[in-house]
Amino acid sequence: MTPSRTETLVRVGKPLVFLLCLAPMGHLLWRVVMETIGANPVETLIHATGDWTLRLLLITLAVTPLRRLTGQVWLIRFRRQLGLFAFFYACLHLTAYLWLDQFFDWRAIIEDIVKRPYITVGFAAFVLLIPLAVTSTRGWTRRLGRRWKTLHRVVYFIAILGVVHYLWLVKADRFEPILYGVILAGLLAFRIPWRKGNQSGVN
Amino acid sequence: EAIPNLKPSPLSTDEPPTSFKDVSRYNNFYEFGTEKYDPSTNAQTLRTRPWTVAVDGECESPGEIGIEDILTGFTQEERIYRLRCVEAWAMVVPWVGFPLGDLLQRFKPTSKARYVAFETLHDPEQMPGQRRAVLDWPYREGLRMDEAMHPLTILATGLYGELLPNQNGAPLRLVVPWKYGFKSIKSIVRIRFTEQEPPATWNRMQPNEYGFYANVNPEVDHPRWSQKRHRVIGEGLFAGKRETLPFNGYADQVASLYSGMDLRRFF
Repeated sequence: MTPSRTETLVRVGKPLVFLLCLAPMGHLLWRVVMETIGANPVETLIHATGDWTLRLLLITLAVTPLRRLTGQVWLIRFRRQLGLFAFFYACLHLTAYLWLDQFFDWRAIIEDIVKRPYITVGFAAFVLLIPLAVTSTRGWTRRLGRRWKTLHRVVYFIAILGVVHYLWLVKADRFEPILYGVILAGLLAFRIPWRKGNQSGVN
Repeated sequence: EAIPNLKPSPLSTDEPPTSFKDVSRYNNFYEFGTEKYDPSTNAQTLRTRPWTVAVDGECESPGEIGIEDILTGFTQEERIYRLRCVEAWAMVVPWVGFPLGDLLQRFKPTSKARYVAFETLHDPEQMPGQRRAVLDWPYREGLRMDEAMHPLTILATGLYGELLPNQNGAPLRLVVPWKYGFKSIKSIVRIRFTEQEPPATWNRMQPNEYGFYANVNPEVDHPRWSQKRHRVIGEGLFAGKRETLPFNGYADQVASLYSGMDLRRFF
């Protein structure tokens, strides 16, 4: 693709991806306003924002494999945007828990984080996302240099924590968390430099 | 279909009932899927007529009883009960039903009958959720004999004055209002008097998370979440949670059943 065509693609694509990523939140708000959110709106909001955090994390992690498989280098230009939206939904997820579920009852919240392993790992995943979101700017990328790459590899660990958080929370039906886990395993396996010619450091 | 000649009950709560819409759509009934709205979508495949319940075990006159005999042979009452799910949400449900003890007496339990075991229908054709081994089918539950004979314990045949919707456990389900909802087994086809504590599905699957007794108890947390408070269905986004009461607020009537028992151990 010529450079100018790539630029057009990215210029048009970015606002489009932006709107697409906002759509799940828009849909949830619409259901709240129209009162079609169901019998337990708090549960629905917490589950939906959690689902979208995980989905966007996996989509973000799929950019590099997709780029390498298709040779479409421009795909990388969407990665930061997707990653930041994963963080955005994680913020919504945490806010819904702190506010609508716990009503800022800090004693109960701290007890949850300390005593309930699935909340411990979920909270850890959120905390670890913060430095990645903060250092996602061009300025920080430049300032951190080679260390930026190392820091942002933490996202692999965060995604694992996210899947474990989901797996430990379900009561009996583990189909969905296992599905997320299998997809994540595939995306991580792709990054293992076991093939010749893949020594260049995929990130 | 409306149930005629309903008798009100002094055992009913005067708290406002949860809407029919929420009661009949927000269900845990894994036989029809594990998501809350699955049962109301999928449960129309359940055939509730003809329906017979086999009663056997430690009793003098084992036998079968059909649903029509159950509906006409026992005085149906309206019982408005609080329902507290182990997942920390609650509803108020205007059940229609009759004391379980009335039915059990007919089969003359012997002195060896110390427990009552219940079983849900097992038929993956009618219950598509049973095609996956999410739980160890058929669903089983059990009560101690004194719990089963307690006047608060009912077999429900309806809600909101009408026959039970399939997704709520038609045509016949247990309701034990001081225990977590999973004890109140749905679509019962078998009742058995036993000498030993019978197996209960969730208890067998995760003994550290779901006890055999499963009495509502704010002092004993589920390992993965607190049981101190619960959300009331239908109160909306900003209502917050309410304090959970011991035995779901029925302590005056039932606490004596457990006197001398360590409720942390027998949770």
